[in-house]
Amino acid sequence: MSGQDPPADRQPGPGEVALPHTSLISVHTQDDRLTVAGRGEWTSEHADELEHAVGEAVAAYPSPKGVDFDLAGVERMDTFGALLFERLRRAWDGQGIATAIQGLSPRYKILLDEMARAGRDPRPAARRQEAIVERLGHSVVDTGIDALALLNFIGATIAAMMRVVMRPRTFRFTAMVNQLDRVGFRAVPIIILITFLIGCILAQQGIFNFRRFGAEIYVVDMVGVLVLRELGVLIVAIMIAGRSGSAYTAELGSMRMREEMDALRVMGFDPIEVLVVPRIMALVIALPMLTFIGSMAAIFGAGLVSWGYGGITPEIFMQRLKSAIDLDQFNVGMIKAPFMAATIGIVACLEGMRVGGSAESLGAHTTESVVKAIFLVIVMDGVFAMFFAAINM
Amino acid sequence: MDARTSPADAPAANGKEAIIKVRDIVVGFGDRIVLNHLDLDVYRGEILGFVGTSGGGKSVLTRTILGLVPKRSGLVEVFGENLDDLNETQRSAVERRWGVLFQQGALFSSLTVKQNIQFPLRENLKLSQGLMDDIAFAKIEMVGLKPDVAEKLPSELSGGMIKRAALARSLALDPEILFLDEPTSGLDPIGAGEFDELIRTLQQTLGLTVFMVTHDLDSLHTVCDRIAALAEGKVIAQGTIETMMQATHPWLRAYFHGARARAVMQGRG
Repeated sequence: MSGQDPPADRQPGPGEVALPHTSLISVHTQDDRLTVAGRGEWTSEHADELEHAVGEAVAAYPSPKGVDFDLAGVERMDTFGALLFERLRRAWDGQGIATAIQGLSPRYKILLDEMARAGRDPRPAARRQEAIVERLGHSVVDTGIDALALLNFIGATIAAMMRVVMRPRTFRFTAMVNQLDRVGFRAVPIIILITFLIGCILAQQGIFNFRRFGAEIYVVDMVGVLVLRELGVLIVAIMIAGRSGSAYTAELGSMRMREEMDALRVMGFDPIEVLVVPRIMALVIALPMLTFIGSMAAIFGAGLVSWGYGGITPEIFMQRLKSAIDLDQFNVGMIKAPFMAATIGIVACLEGMRVGGSAESLGAHTTESVVKAIFLVIVMDGVFAMFFAAINM
Repeated sequence: MDARTSPADAPAANGKEAIIKVRDIVVGFGDRIVLNHLDLDVYRGEILGFVGTSGGGKSVLTRTILGLVPKRSGLVEVFGENLDDLNETQRSAVERRWGVLFQQGALFSSLTVKQNIQFPLRENLKLSQGLMDDIAFAKIEMVGLKPDVAEKLPSELSGGMIKRAALARSLALDPEILFLDEPTSGLDPIGAGEFDELIRTLQQTLGLTVFMVTHDLDSLHTVCDRIAALAEGKVIAQGTIETMMQATHPWLRAYFHGARARAVMQGRG
């Protein structure tokens, strides 16, 4: 930044007091009348320096009899310079001290006039950050509102589904198949990969720990029951909540931001019927299929590790598996899948419908959607566990 | 202003300084050539209106000058500097000297209007918070908004207010060139008229050069010093509105002699 020191070739004249830290302003006094001369570039690059100079000048001469501004030396001026000049002028002018401007280049006159008009209206109060207690209160209220909204949305979805059942021809089959492709078919590779790895890890850990009491063979029972009853469906549901739930929220959210939902509504369509029902239906169909595929991949992985690491041959593994599990174990897992799918779908679509106008809101609701869906899936799994225990399944 | 030597031809014959110089630009997407060896000059201190068919590449040219769309060949000079020759620092120095008003405003949706305006100030200059507030409020008033807009989020503003707030942000650093992409689209005729007026006032107040992509015949008549017309990937005509009226190109005839154009002309007497 230039002009930290006054230029050496300029000696202060009689009665002149150069402000120590700047060459942008110099001040003369004569018979209590102040002449303030501007010099150099009064632009954004020097705005910081000029602001300090303005403050110093006002502090040094709080109440002169009159002030003459000489702006002939100002080479360039932009809004920043004009605004700071106006601040300087108002500091004296506001106390009723007469001020006069000389040497102002005509091309900066409009700008100065503009700045002289500005800043008269009162400013609004700044947006307040919420205090901790306030935020706590808000989040309690919001939780209640969330629960009500969820209930309302479940109702609206069921009502829309009922309408579709009454008039099956209104069901958007193509849309559902499209969604089925996206959330079901295209999820197969990643689901297989992850469940396969988890099956491998389960078997390895089982064999490693059971070996100590020579009970390696029971790893087959453990893997079979765990995967079919709990892990298969839970892992797939969590994966789908992250993969497809977030996509649902983001899609519906950006459609809301671009008024596409409103467009549907004014054309006489119910967005829930057109957008939400096919998505939830697709998930309800896809998740049991993915659960089955995932469970098979996990058992396959466990079988491979048992063979390679535990020395259990495939024949023994299969034999043991047949005696360890029955159809009930398999049913327990599969029955849960569509309920979890509906939960994920409803939460994701609801959050999408609640997105506001900003990009931030879209992000917040997508996060909400995934977190809530995973939470509810796990809660639901617990409730099912109690239920199945009660009916001896 | 410092006169820098330019690799391309000397200032135009009329002696005006070309602040933006576009030479032999080719831009295409896949097989489609949008701009085909296009030349254009924008002179310091003028308001240039840029017209053309919908989807004809007006926005593409703006975005090419701004460096948002890669060009296949050709030269873009702004402030006498070839934008391809600049390093990062020089490039951001050039970018500080221009402001852009996007068609939808492109305000940052998570920041208030005041924070939007202060964003470029904060990033580029070292200023006290008090001065930044003063600047933000001055800019808000310059674009004809009330101070209470400052603390609002973009989602709480109407379309016209978003345009004005976005204009205030584009003016934050007192640019020398202002790019406007269809500034009056989506505004009612009164709002559009006021916006034209505003651009004219700001241009005079701040000594701006304005490059304005527009469809609005009223804007072309009231605020533009010069008009350039784009068709078939080239500038087919440029000059004052009178020149445009006399042009023989069929698209220009349709544009400037259509029913809407006649209505605007008659309204002017």
